[in-house]
Amino acid sequence: MSILIDENTKLAVAGITGREGSFHTLNNRAYGTNVVGGINPKKAGENVEGIPVFADWKTTVAETGANTAMIFVPPPFAAASALEAAQAGVELVVIITEGIPAHDELKLYNQVKRDHPGTRIIGPNCPGLLSPGKANVGIIPASFFKPGNVGVVSRSGTLTYQIGNELAQKGFGNSSIVGIGGDPVPGSSFVDVIELFEKDPQTELIVMSGEIGGSAEEEAAEYIAANVTKPVVGYIAGFTAPEGKQMGHAGAIVSGSAGTAKAKAEALEAKGVRVGRTPTQTAEIAMEILGAPTAA
Amino acid sequence: MDLLEYQGKQLFGKHGLAVSDGKPVTTVEDAVAAANEIGYPVVVKAQVLIGGRGKAGGVKLAANEDEAREHATNILGLDIKGHITRTVWIEHASDIDTEYYASILLDRSAKKPLLMFSIEGGVEIETVAEETPEKLIKHHIDPLVGLTKEEAVKVATDGKAADDVIEGVADALVALYEVWIEEDASLAEINPLIVTPDRQVKALDAKVTLDDNAAFRHPDHADLGDSANADPIEVKAAEQGVTYVKLDGDIGILGNGAGLVMSTLDVVAQHGGTPANFLDAGGGSDAEKVKQAVELILANDNVKAVLFNIFGGITRCDEVANGLVSAFNDLKPTVPFVVRLDGTNDVQGREILEKAALPNVHAATTMDGAAEQVVALAKGA
Repeated sequence: MSILIDENTKLAVAGITGREGSFHTLNNRAYGTNVVGGINPKKAGENVEGIPVFADWKTTVAETGANTAMIFVPPPFAAASALEAAQAGVELVVIITEGIPAHDELKLYNQVKRDHPGTRIIGPNCPGLLSPGKANVGIIPASFFKPGNVGVVSRSGTLTYQIGNELAQKGFGNSSIVGIGGDPVPGSSFVDVIELFEKDPQTELIVMSGEIGGSAEEEAAEYIAANVTKPVVGYIAGFTAPEGKQMGHAGAIVSGSAGTAKAKAEALEAKGVRVGRTPTQTAEIAMEILGAPTAA
Repeated sequence: MDLLEYQGKQLFGKHGLAVSDGKPVTTVEDAVAAANEIGYPVVVKAQVLIGGRGKAGGVKLAANEDEAREHATNILGLDIKGHITRTVWIEHASDIDTEYYASILLDRSAKKPLLMFSIEGGVEIETVAEETPEKLIKHHIDPLVGLTKEEAVKVATDGKAADDVIEGVADALVALYEVWIEEDASLAEINPLIVTPDRQVKALDAKVTLDDNAAFRHPDHADLGDSANADPIEVKAAEQGVTYVKLDGDIGILGNGAGLVMSTLDVVAQHGGTPANFLDAGGGSDAEKVKQAVELILANDNVKAVLFNIFGGITRCDEVANGLVSAFNDLKPTVPFVVRLDGTNDVQGREILEKAALPNVHAATTMDGAAEQVVALAKGA
């Protein structure tokens, strides 16, 4: 098992004809992901190395049965494309695009929640998901990861790779790796993904990688204490971040005394979640808890 | 982007929220002319992006031309906690009966806009929230509906606004939401929201933060902010589309992805080093972008060593390597570099660096090892 994406994933990509969109779509396909289509209203009828391009999400879903959407279109149009995918009935919408206005994310989140409760959004501003050996949706460099029993959920893309790679070097594989993104209004939170890992029989340990800003880590700490039986190891980036400065991610900002790395680490530790001080230490704690790595 | 008070007030005015007549000026002569035109008494207010202006002598009442001249002379150029006052806002002084508080911000936890209102205005709202939380009304707005007049009336009533200004306060709250939503603000705060003796409701101050990601649909916002007081390297970085934050240390840092860069700063600090900057070269960094980034890092004279920490996903390591080679050809840096490349096309990237045999560039394989090495190099430099 894995979560959210696997052999049954049928992926369609909005923005498939762009430079990054085509590069990563073809990478996903090369990994074995079933890529069934792409969307570009101006290039409908064409194809990207054999992947048919359609005018809109409704047609794409009708023609291909796509159940997973990946959004690669530029920020001004990304939220609209994600909503269109939800309206077409796509169950999982993964938004890679960085730089979407916060209000667009806010309206998208609330509208999908109200009108399309069957759709789950991952991102925006995220690296996507990887279920090693099964499917790759997004920009995670899959060659570093093998199947295993560690579930990873992270607000940062490259930090996801860093921690995943540290785990791989220790001999661990992953059930799934989920990047939830660094924006102020993510479609899925730590809690949403941890809930799925808790239910997933393949996952024996959960690594959550957070960062400064907001209170998603604190909320996860509460949730873990009340609902999660599996061991969780945390990591928080941004201990050295000064107050009031946005550290790259739109959501990574310490406001006054709120959202500091220290407060987050302490909230997790207060609920019994061990927190690594570096990505390496995080992987070491995971190894200590699980003992010798086991292949799934 | 944080706005200066007068810029926020101008946005308020645009959306029908009452503010006093005023003018932003940058010279004493213009200040006096503005004060004469507006009519005395006037308030001369320093326009800087930092709190505590009043205590620092940056807000003064002037009853006549001589006082306006004196205050403008003292306040223009005034250093308020490191922010140099380059603009003063001259506005007609308001008679104040009562001071309220109102703000709208994005509640990231509830994923909804949060409207806050209190009749305890003019003081730190954090203090009100802590000491008398019952006096701070919090109301979540449905972003798919907006703030209705009925809701706003209820908030004003629940907050115990005076009976004869419930309407006026509600109108101000509705206008404030219009500012928040239509200008793509992440914060719109009025403290104080005053009631005048003739029962008008007016914004006496304005604190507005705009979402940089929405700049593309607000060309009129381009000139806002306080770029004159911004760090010149940060300004240049923003123009190039690179995220750069200047810090106090001596180790230049470049990475890809905000989380990895934050983590890199932390790991450098754990090894006893002090980062000189945060620089996220971003996803899909090409060679030209990397070269520009190196230029930004080296523009800070404090930098004694540089750490490149790249884990390629959307970023391709060969592009980063090409950028570094090109940067070395053009900029000929004299400080040592530690470079760690992992991820997409890392083998090609390392080959490019090996072939180029750049002077004083050290390859590292792990993040911890790279941090340790760069700290040692910075200390030895």
